[in-house]
Amino acid sequence: MAQLFSSVKPTPMLKDELDIVIPTIRNLDFLEMWRPFFEQYHLIIVQDGDPSKVINIPEGFDYDLYNRNDINRILGPKASCISFKDSACRCFGYMVSKKKYIYTIDDDCFVAKDPTGKEINALEQHIKNLLSPSTPHFFNTLYDPYRDGADFVRGYPFSMREGAITAVSHGLWLNIPDYDAPTQLVKPLEKNSRKFALSLKQPILYVDAVMTIPKGTLFPMCGMNLAFDRELIGPAMYFGLMGDGQPIGRYDDMWAGWCVKVICDHMGWGVKTGLPYIWHSKASNPFVNLKKEYNGIFWQEEAIPFFQSVTLPKECTSVQQCYLELAKLVKEKLGKVDPYFITLATGMVTWIEAWEELNSDEGTEAKAPNGKNE
Amino acid sequence: MSSAEINKNEVDIVIGALNADLTQFLTSWRPFFSGFHLIVVKDPELKEELNIPEGFDVDVYSKTDMEKVVGASNATMFSGYSCRYFGYLISKKKYIVSIDDDCVPAKDPKGFLVDAVTQHVINLENPATPLFFNTLYDPYCEGADFVRGYPFSLRSGVPCAASCGLWLNLADLDAPTQALKTEQRNTSYVDAVMTVPAKAMLPISGINIAFNRELVGPALVPALRLAGEGKVRWETLEDVWCGMCLKHISDHLGYGVKTGLPYVWRNERGDAVESLRKKWEGMKLMEKSVPFFESLKLPETALKIEDCVIELAKAVKEQLGSDDPAFTQAADAMVKWIQLWNSVNSSV
Repeated sequence: MAQLFSSVKPTPMLKDELDIVIPTIRNLDFLEMWRPFFEQYHLIIVQDGDPSKVINIPEGFDYDLYNRNDINRILGPKASCISFKDSACRCFGYMVSKKKYIYTIDDDCFVAKDPTGKEINALEQHIKNLLSPSTPHFFNTLYDPYRDGADFVRGYPFSMREGAITAVSHGLWLNIPDYDAPTQLVKPLEKNSRKFALSLKQPILYVDAVMTIPKGTLFPMCGMNLAFDRELIGPAMYFGLMGDGQPIGRYDDMWAGWCVKVICDHMGWGVKTGLPYIWHSKASNPFVNLKKEYNGIFWQEEAIPFFQSVTLPKECTSVQQCYLELAKLVKEKLGKVDPYFITLATGMVTWIEAWEELNSDEGTEAKAPNGKNE
Repeated sequence: MSSAEINKNEVDIVIGALNADLTQFLTSWRPFFSGFHLIVVKDPELKEELNIPEGFDVDVYSKTDMEKVVGASNATMFSGYSCRYFGYLISKKKYIVSIDDDCVPAKDPKGFLVDAVTQHVINLENPATPLFFNTLYDPYCEGADFVRGYPFSLRSGVPCAASCGLWLNLADLDAPTQALKTEQRNTSYVDAVMTVPAKAMLPISGINIAFNRELVGPALVPALRLAGEGKVRWETLEDVWCGMCLKHISDHLGYGVKTGLPYVWRNERGDAVESLRKKWEGMKLMEKSVPFFESLKLPETALKIEDCVIELAKAVKEQLGSDDPAFTQAADAMVKWIQLWNSVNSSV
């Protein structure tokens, strides 16, 4: 029954089971606002760009910092699969983590407030989402049936009410929504709000729901406010080849999302979206974004039908096997769209090899970063 | 779009009267029903005269009218909650909005009464997006849009076939769930409309629903009748079955089904524990229906709604008929429904 998952007991903190992965290129001042919510957790900082730059991290946080030198040292030639000059490099953090769960957040995302004015503990909501089942096989019109006060509606098959294990919790954003460059250019002033809210300080398009994205349905996964079960789906969370030397950017999380959803569907796991909200403060430059996204806008028209029609063989029973199979199919089918996909497919294979290496028993010793607090 | 911008002449509000006294119901909806044409269909098994307040543009249909139009033997198709389908059959409008007679307007979080009729029509007039999930939900509403990563080729959307609204206070839970949680009320106002993705199945409730009759009218089939069907929603499954058919046909033809706003406020009626005493056969029928719909593929040649319903009925009879007589009866009812629809709607 759904009420087994209500929050009558407090949400466990999972402080020894969860790592927070943050990519950054400038500073981590934003952590100050998150302190009450993040201080008890271990952080993995992935420093992109110039490794000689010193990243300022507020006092009192327990973190490991990896810059490009660390990535190269730890992965050797396999470091080629990790993007440079793009926040896609964050997936290195997933690989080196030893925890069961990951929460990843961008360094321009702050604590949001709900409509009552209360600060939202995004991490706690993600944990709730991950620890309660999903419902990918049948849509519940009252959204997440495991939330307090909700339930399955009349007609919902009883055999499906135990739900599926949740692999991913995809959170949303208030203030600056995650639009692509063309949309940003057309709607420069739009914030995630309704017109009646312009007189209020806090935009009001707060949709108080968590829901499972149905099996067989793809979605655009944004990496700004994302949590997942690393032990389950980690190997599929490769954020691709973006940024420096690559013909594309701002499609890292999209790519991971398509791969992850196909594999979750195959494995019978759920992907949730909705709460929690964070406050996204920075609207990036739409002209710069357009240059990065340009190829992606065309390529996604090919990539999406590919992912929608892909079937993974029954013999693929692990995420790694699924992922390698996907890489093969990407090379075969998308390689004709652009040679980039052949490079990407190679990156996908390298990623799995690196993942296996680092996550085997011998791999653990090699992982120590240079940047570490005392 | 506001209520000033929707064309009231394109809408029929169809109310199935399971209660004789519609005074409170219609009075509470007056601000939002005024200017619209109403079709009130009386449950043929209801003995008392209907009590309808003045001031509405309303046509009332009772058992006698049904028998005149479809014949005495077919009138049984429209008993109980299924009476409203008679209204769908004889309506001549483009859109239908249907609300159960135990619901009144809800209030939004700011305290304003929700104009459910306008919201339904807005949902129906705007495209649906079943082929790819938009994480900011309805991209066509004010203040929202398609997010990064949403394919441009899919941004014009597809026609919306149905708009499934929700309920505050008494949500549409089944009898076992409501009996277990007698005090539970739905207080959560989720401020979103979204399209239910293609291929995803869902339980569509008839309590607060609207649809494009011109597009999919024949697909709303009054077909599945539980042996012990009663006069409270806990003792019916007709709308859930209808919804499974509608969704499948919509997916097949490339239309969308939306869910979410508007909310209505649903009041107490009946006793969930009492309803539990009846053997909950609906549960068994749903369990059998799900794998059927999951694997069902309508032929590519079925391009008209009526053909889709006939093909679906055939498949139901072939694949589910031996499981339970209720399915055979449903299949027969679906075929009969199309015959009635064609005969009533061709004599114009």
